[in-house]
Amino acid sequence: MSKEWPLWEVFIRGQHGLSHRHVGSLHAPDAEMAIKNARDVYTRRNEGVSIWVVEAQHIAASSPEEKGPLYEPSNSKVYRHPTFFDIPEEVGHM
Amino acid sequence: MYAQLVKTAGTGVKTREEMSDEERNFQDRVDRDEKIEPKDWMPDDYRATLIRQIGQHAHSEIVGQLPEGNWITRAPTLERKAILLAKVQDEAGHGLYLYCAAETLGVTRDELTEELLSGRMKYSSIFNYPTLNWADIGAVGWLVDGAAIMNQVPLQRTSYGPYSRAMIRICKEESFHQRQGYDIMMKMAQGSDAQRRMAQDALNRFWYPSLMMFGPSDKDSVHSAQSLAWKIKIDTNDELRQRFVDQTVPQAKYLGLTIPDENLKWNEERGAHDFSEPDWAEFFNVIKGKGPCNVDRMDARVAAWEDGAWVRDGLLAHARKKSATRTAAE
Ligand SMILES: [Fe+2]
Ligand SMILES: [Fe+2]
Ligand SMILES: [Fe+2]
Repeated sequence: MSKEWPLWEVFIRGQHGLSHRHVGSLHAPDAEMAIKNARDVYTRRNEGVSIWVVEAQHIAASSPEEKGPLYEPSNSKVYRHPTFFDIPEEVGHM
Repeated sequence: MYAQLVKTAGTGVKTREEMSDEERNFQDRVDRDEKIEPKDWMPDDYRATLIRQIGQHAHSEIVGQLPEGNWITRAPTLERKAILLAKVQDEAGHGLYLYCAAETLGVTRDELTEELLSGRMKYSSIFNYPTLNWADIGAVGWLVDGAAIMNQVPLQRTSYGPYSRAMIRICKEESFHQRQGYDIMMKMAQGSDAQRRMAQDALNRFWYPSLMMFGPSDKDSVHSAQSLAWKIKIDTNDELRQRFVDQTVPQAKYLGLTIPDENLKWNEERGAHDFSEPDWAEFFNVIKGKGPCNVDRMDARVAAWEDGAWVRDGLLAHARKKSATRTAAE
């Protein structure tokens, strides 16, 4: 069995109420150490107020080949954007 | 520089006709400044070259902690000690960001460590020079981190997504490093005669090794041409070296220190400084393992790896035991 510590993906929520964001990864023996290491590696300059870690092997990802079927359907739905509709100026801000 | 002599895998740039459909499509994406991500198709040589380059860069950050770590316990004040400690800790972080970027290409961390410890993979020649006194710590921050920045700033735009993101993080942290070094140099240069002499001596010893950081001229290299086409190299070694010299000259002047090069002068026509090349024979000697500190550096890394084995193994055994009890309880 490999003696390499598993890989963890690190997500950090910054000061201003935004969602956790992926910042990078690191190796650690378990979740507790992964959080401690993430503190040292990814928040040395006050970058965050909350840390999530998840073992990389538990992340499922879409594959680049699926790009077409996954994202093309939204291309044709321009009416989902507010700029699709012309609102007369007299109506005021909407 | 941190990756000084990365031999690009493959035989050089292919013409569009020589490329397969996949290769053409890939090159088009690179030309459009689209980022290449880990799961995307990429040429084998692109992958192999990047592993070498990012690995060498990561190893340099890690080994680069040693010359400065040498002075943490002997920093002249508590404040300088805290600053140097923070700087060296950043370098550890830089190494980790880069190892992770390399790992997305399919190499494991243990393989990379093994390649470094066995001497098969290199790190920057600069870290095989000793830091003899406190002024050297100033010179390292000012010149070595200065040269590193010169190389890393353009690499933020590199084509490989994870590498580019690591570079962006690193660059954010890097300018503190150079400034703290220059700050030490200012104190020394404005200090007593003995301090000025130390500052000048440090500049004398670190000037040419810093110029070597960019690697020998590669303007005629087919390997570099391929790396430039793939945007894993953004400027030639000579362009970066020139930029570094032009930036450093006024900084040395402000300190009242003399750059140890009689041929250094402003060339009106070129709008740049003329300067002497470093001794490339010395460079190749250091790369081959015969620099002043190669043996010490490798011994320190091997000892750290071997002495840390029981901690790594113990923590892993503990983690496995805990998860086994948890599974049994469910
Ligand atoms: Fe560095
Ligand atoms: Fe660094
Ligand atoms: Fe640095």
